[in-house]
Amino acid sequence: MAEHIVTKKQYSYVFATLLLLTFITTTVGMMDLGRLNVVVALVIAVIKALLVVLFFMHIYWSSKLNKLTVVAGVAWLALLLWLTLTDVLSRGWLPFPGK
Amino acid sequence: MANHSLALRHQFDDVEQQKDASTFGMWIFLATEVLFFGGMFCCYTVYRSRYPMAFGNASNHLDLILGAVSTAILIFSSFTMACGVNSAATGAKNALVGFLSLTILFAAAFLVIEMSEWHMLYKEGLMPGFNFTYKEFDPGHVQLFFCMYFAMTGLHASHVTIGIGILAVMAIRAWRGAFGPEYFTPIEISGLYWHFVDLVWIFLFPLYYLIARHLQG
Repeated sequence: MAEHIVTKKQYSYVFATLLLLTFITTTVGMMDLGRLNVVVALVIAVIKALLVVLFFMHIYWSSKLNKLTVVAGVAWLALLLWLTLTDVLSRGWLPFPGK
Repeated sequence: MANHSLALRHQFDDVEQQKDASTFGMWIFLATEVLFFGGMFCCYTVYRSRYPMAFGNASNHLDLILGAVSTAILIFSSFTMACGVNSAATGAKNALVGFLSLTILFAAAFLVIEMSEWHMLYKEGLMPGFNFTYKEFDPGHVQLFFCMYFAMTGLHASHVTIGIGILAVMAIRAWRGAFGPEYFTPIEISGLYWHFVDLVWIFLFPLYYLIARHLQG
């Protein structure tokens, strides 16, 4: 894998974007948007996380093996949340005898 | 000292492969960390979906501005860490030591703010197990919210503390001249750990401070 040195200038763009997104998410958090509050906060958090992983943690320039490891970590987390929530959220959807 | 660090262990073909193996190992560790925190995030999601109103009431006892400021401070520390990696790669020794020290400083500032928030919650009677006197809306589930809040921010704070230790060791080694453009793997890997700590907080902040504020029972 060829060495890639990320410049301080590139880092500072990512840094400025992260600060801006923090400001936006905090401001939006103060407004009452109903269910949209959750959506906006989580979408912004995911964008911030992507910026950190891709550029601060160099995954954008990394080997395929490291990229795969990141995807695997997220995939197992998704599996954990998905299987748990299919159980928890669907309880009570169907009536069952004795209740 | 520098030559010793450069030494190629006999199981590797070349320096590049040795470095790739270290980075890969760190990513594997971080993937396990994702699941370590993931269990708690999963627990949070289940209770948040069950008791949204209690979580809404509890969330309003957290200081949004303090949360936002500590988020910004951690982002600052991630930036200085990234600049440290850049300094190591370009062989700027003094800049590397400076950036590592700045990162430690920001990390300490983050911990101070977090402790003051915990102290405030303790005084308000919102710390389960030590001082919990909340009697308003649905106290049982509000207590659940704060149990999870202290468990997750506590685990995160312990990661920050360990990070300060790692960065301090790195700063001392850097100061003694252990790293240069041809060898700075420990700096890069410590950086990965530090950015991961920032990453966890990027999700803790919206989950505890933002998304339930307007749900009130």
